[in-house]
Amino acid sequence: MSAIAQPPGLERLLAAKEIVITCGAGGVGKTTTAAALGLLAARRLDGRVLVLTVDPARRLANALGIEAFGNVERKVELGAGARGELWAAMLDTKQSWDDLVCQYAPDTTTREAILANPLYANITAKFVQSHDYIAMERLYEIHHSGRFDLVIVDTPPSRNALDFLDAPARMSEFFGGRLLRWLTVPARSRLFMAASKPFYQVADRVLGSQFLQDIAEFFVLFQSMERGFVERARTVAGLLADRRTTFIVVSTLEASPAREAEFFLEALTTRRLHLGALVLNKVLPAHFVDQGAAAAAATMGARAAELAHGPLAALDGLADPAQTARVLASVAETFANYQVAATREAEERVELALAPDVTVAVPYLDTDVCDVASLNALADLLAVG
Amino acid sequence: MSAGSGSEADVHLLDHRLLFVTGKGGVGKTTVAAALALAAARSGKRTLVCEVDAKGNLAESLGRSAGAGREAALRFEPTEIQPSLFAMAMNTEESLKEYLSLQLRLPLLAKIGPLARTFDYLANAAPGVKEILTVGKLCWEVRARHYDLVVVDASATGHIVSQLSAPAAINELVQVGRVRDQTRWMLDILEDPASTGLVIVTSPEEMPVSETIELAGRVRTDTNVKLAAVVVNRVLPEPFGRGEEEVFESLRAPAAIEVLHGEVGPSATTVLDAVHLAVRLRRTRASHLGRLRDALYGPTGVAPEVVMAYVPELFGRLRGVRATAQVASALMEELG
Repeated sequence: MSAIAQPPGLERLLAAKEIVITCGAGGVGKTTTAAALGLLAARRLDGRVLVLTVDPARRLANALGIEAFGNVERKVELGAGARGELWAAMLDTKQSWDDLVCQYAPDTTTREAILANPLYANITAKFVQSHDYIAMERLYEIHHSGRFDLVIVDTPPSRNALDFLDAPARMSEFFGGRLLRWLTVPARSRLFMAASKPFYQVADRVLGSQFLQDIAEFFVLFQSMERGFVERARTVAGLLADRRTTFIVVSTLEASPAREAEFFLEALTTRRLHLGALVLNKVLPAHFVDQGAAAAAATMGARAAELAHGPLAALDGLADPAQTARVLASVAETFANYQVAATREAEERVELALAPDVTVAVPYLDTDVCDVASLNALADLLAVG
Repeated sequence: MSAGSGSEADVHLLDHRLLFVTGKGGVGKTTVAAALALAAARSGKRTLVCEVDAKGNLAESLGRSAGAGREAALRFEPTEIQPSLFAMAMNTEESLKEYLSLQLRLPLLAKIGPLARTFDYLANAAPGVKEILTVGKLCWEVRARHYDLVVVDASATGHIVSQLSAPAAINELVQVGRVRDQTRWMLDILEDPASTGLVIVTSPEEMPVSETIELAGRVRTDTNVKLAAVVVNRVLPEPFGRGEEEVFESLRAPAAIEVLHGEVGPSATTVLDAVHLAVRLRRTRASHLGRLRDALYGPTGVAPEVVMAYVPELFGRLRGVRATAQVASALMEELG
């Protein structure tokens, strides 16, 4: 052990950054990890930490006090001993769009018209990777306000999770491009129905002229908010690419999630973003790849009957040798099963851990993480790495 | 609205024409979809399996890997994997082109030319259109009888309901236009319990089980599609039966440990600790499974007639198509 005690990898990372973004496949414990990281940061560092989650399990959401509150940030009760504060919020896409429109629409009429447009809800749910964009906006708002010293953002479990980084470029392209002009023609020109352009004929017949008009009106209104959108998106994109932000890839060591993790690791490199750490969850204990243990298990199985009828028979609770033998055989079989799984996982781990500077392995927890106490336990495991 | 119950639902899973396989990300939905398709093909049915949210996992489960240039292994045009088994990946632009020419008999998009992308964009923005194209393509394959069974590796639990209810919902939003008129025949297929069924894949863990219970309820209330089966994947074997757990505990007592150290070596303790973890893991999982069964079959059960099949944990012993084949065998045994 060195004379100068270095704080463990993840803690140092959390202390040095302002924004931490977690990414990874579904089912790997990403949201739980993000929450535990938030807890770790709040406990050990001064300052206010916000965890922005996407789709937390009900019990976790309850534990963080955010189930009923949508976008609103809520302080999580940590008890004595924490140096900082932990806050949590969900990212409610619909609410966020409404807030955005209310804040940035140039006047009341425009604002009301947008909110009342029959396609508004649908468009904001699907348009320009809306969720990604709104996450950017939220980040901008939070960071700009300076309310928090550290924000941990939990992303949706999809490959496209990093696409939100393209939001500024896409938004910019959209507002400046032909697409928007084409989309708004029906509202700007009363003659559009008579237009000979095949595009409108097909669109009209497939989607209906009312739809084309509604969507056109919507975008004419939307255009009025343009400048702000693009500027803010650029600011956040810059923020995410610089030293203040880091990305943490969360995964388990199973084949499919590990493949997704590889994808993320590569994508971060390609985009020249900072890979802070790889967190591996549900890692099987080292016992299962221990050669000595493997040999012992095999022996137990091979000699089950002999041991059961022999030296074990006289001991408490082992009076039925046939049963004892069955149990020993079962022990051997169970061990062997997990050994196969653990061996595969160990191979996978070697591959994945090549890229990041910090890799943290969290063992398989046999109880679910669903309250502050278990989150604390997880935070401890993350800290130790 | 309620899905078919009792007698009309007594169709063997593989005797349907269209199966949507959904589940929370990470539970093995794609493997199960591939396995059902494999089983069907092996029993002589001409089968199409379709990946909706292209990720490449379906190709992997069928033993097909991506091309050298990272191009996808599966395309919109079905690929023959084995005799009687075909696989494809959904693609909005291509399904739109096909839809326009086949269904609406409109001149090819060649006339729209460079604005095809714009049109695609609009189709994405228009409520329900993308869902209609996906569901429509699948129903079309059923109607055209190119295949005996179409298995869909569908969207995850968060999106499947909107996909399945799109044909019904689109009427409200798209008032004019021929897209709306096209939905009746789709609904006839989707709502026929002898034709179409939803399979929810889950694992015995907290969130997957919660989402499965919620989805089983929503499918009933928000769609007319029958919930055909729940597949519980990755079920851990029970290490010990009745009474045997106490024997195991006795083996962990100091006296037994001493004997085992002497006979088998000092690692005996490690072995017993490791197996103890396995026992606890299984217990946690079993409690989630219990919760699922109660929610589906209990006094206030949301899906009392739905078939449940268990697929055992493979422990990583098999990969790719071999794992899929193993899952297929397990499912066939369970489903009878």
